[in-house]
Amino acid sequence: MLSVEGLRSRYGRIEVLHGVDLEVKAGEIVTVIGANGAGKTTLLRCLSGVQPVAAGRIVFRGDDVTRTAGHRRLGAGLAQVPEGRQIFTNLTVEENLRLGAYLFSDDRVDSDMAEAFAMFPVLREKRNQRAGGLSGGQQQMLAMARALMGRPNCLLLDEPSMGLAPILVDQILDVVRNLKSLDVTVLLVEQNAYAALAIADRGYVMETGRVTMSGPAAELIADARIREAYLGV
Amino acid sequence: MSELLQFTFSGLTVGAVYALVALGFTIIYNASGVVNFAQGEFVMLGGMITVFAHAAGAPLPAAAALAVVATAAIGILLNKLAIERARGASVVTLIIITIGASIFLRGAAQLGFDKQLHRFPSFSGDDPIAIAGATILPQSLWMLFGAAVVFAALYLFFTRSLTGKAVLATANNKLAAQLVGIDTDFVMALSFGLSAAIGALAGVLATPITLTSYDAGTALALKGFAAAMLGGMGNPFGALVGGLLVGLIEATTAGYLSSDYKDAAAFVVILAVLFAMPQGLFGKSAQERV
Repeated sequence: MLSVEGLRSRYGRIEVLHGVDLEVKAGEIVTVIGANGAGKTTLLRCLSGVQPVAAGRIVFRGDDVTRTAGHRRLGAGLAQVPEGRQIFTNLTVEENLRLGAYLFSDDRVDSDMAEAFAMFPVLREKRNQRAGGLSGGQQQMLAMARALMGRPNCLLLDEPSMGLAPILVDQILDVVRNLKSLDVTVLLVEQNAYAALAIADRGYVMETGRVTMSGPAAELIADARIREAYLGV
Repeated sequence: MSELLQFTFSGLTVGAVYALVALGFTIIYNASGVVNFAQGEFVMLGGMITVFAHAAGAPLPAAAALAVVATAAIGILLNKLAIERARGASVVTLIIITIGASIFLRGAAQLGFDKQLHRFPSFSGDDPIAIAGATILPQSLWMLFGAAVVFAALYLFFTRSLTGKAVLATANNKLAAQLVGIDTDFVMALSFGLSAAIGALAGVLATPITLTSYDAGTALALKGFAAAMLGGMGNPFGALVGGLLVGLIEATTAGYLSSDYKDAAAFVVILAVLFAMPQGLFGKSAQERV
C-alpha cells in the first residue's frame, strides 16, 4: 500500500528525518511510536506532501508520489488527520464534512455524510454549529470524519489521542480499529504507545529522526526496552 | 425633506463605490487574511483603462470589458509575482507587499497613462431623474445596481458554492485545506482575480461621476477599508452596508454641516462603532475553543 525508502527532510538547514524506511501493507494498522521531537509528525507531513522531501522515495499504491503536490495526494487515496485536529473553525460541522469530500460532487457525498453521522452521532446534533465551538473530543471526531469523507484507501492519523480524556481516547481508538472493516489502511502516529500498540498489527519506534526498532505490535509491547522507555513499566 | 432625500441619493451613489471596494477587500481577506491595499488601484485601473481604450476608438462597452479583464489579469499577476513568492511569510508582511504593489501600480499608471483627470460619457446620458423633489443621475442608478449585483453574486458564491467554501477554508486553515485536496495556490489566484475585477468594475461605473486619475485609488482604498471594517471584515453583507453607511454619513455631513468635515465625520462614526463593537457591525467574534 505505502512504502517509504530512505526519507530525509529538513526544516531550513536542520535535518529532522535522517533516512526513514517504513512499509504499510493493505489492510494493516501500523503505528509509529516515539517521544516528542522524534520526527513522527514530520514524517506524516512528508507523506501528505505538505513538507518538502530532501531525499528518498514515497511509493503509494505502486506510484511514486514523492513529488506529488499536497492537494493531489488525497485524490490518490491518501488522507491525513493532522496533529491538533486542524478543523475549519469558522465553518459549520456540516461544511467541514462537505469540504472533506471537496474532490467529489456525486450522490455518494450525501450517503458518506450520513455514514459519518452514524459513526459520530454527536456531530449530527451539532451539524449547523460552528466547528470552533466543539469540545476537543468532538473536534477530533470531526477531523476523522472529514478525512473519511475524502474516501481514502489509507488514513494517516497524527496523535488522535492528544489532549483527550481517557474515556474519549478509548472511543477514538475504537473507531480507528474499526476502520479495518471499511477497508481503510491505517498509519497511526502516537505518543500514547501502549494504546497505539494495543490496536496495531505492527509498530515502528522512532528516535531522533530514525527508525530504531520495528516488529509485530505484540512483540514490541513485550520488549523490555520499549516497556521501560515508552510504556512506563 | 427633499433636501434630505437629495443627500441620501448622493450618499448612496458614493457609498456604492465604497461598497464595491469593500467587497473587493472581503474576497482577498476571506482567502488569506490579507488586507489588500492595492484594491484602490484596481478601481483606478478600471477607470483609466476604459478611458484610454475608449479614446483609442473602442466602443464604451468593449473598453469597459477590456478594463475589467485586464485588471483581473493584473490582480492575478500581482498574486503570482509578489504574494506567491513570499510563501510562508506572515500576514503583516503580505499586507506590506500589497502597499508596495499599490505604490508601484500608481507610478506605472502615471508613466503609462498621464497625470490628468479623465472621464468618459455616462452609460445612459446625464439627464437627472426627478424623484419627490430630489434628483438622481442615471449613472448613480447604474452604480447602485452594480453594487447590488456584485453583492448578491458574492453572497451566493460564499454560502452556496463549494469553491466559495474552499476559499473560506483556505483562509481558516491552509494546511487542512491542502489535506482535503484544495489547490490553495488556485484559490489565491482566483481571489486576486475576482477582487481586481470587482475593483475595476467599480472604476468603470464611477468614473463618469467621480472622474479618475492615476492617484484616485488611495482615497478609495482608505474609505473602502474603513467601510469593510465598519461592516465587519470578511462579511459581504457587512461590506455592502458599511460602504453605503460611510457614503451616507459623508453626504449628510457635507450637506448639513460643511464638506470640510465629511471625511472627519465618517471616521469619527467608524471609530465610535469599533470602540463598542471591535468586530464591526456584522463581523463574527473571533473567539474559539482550543
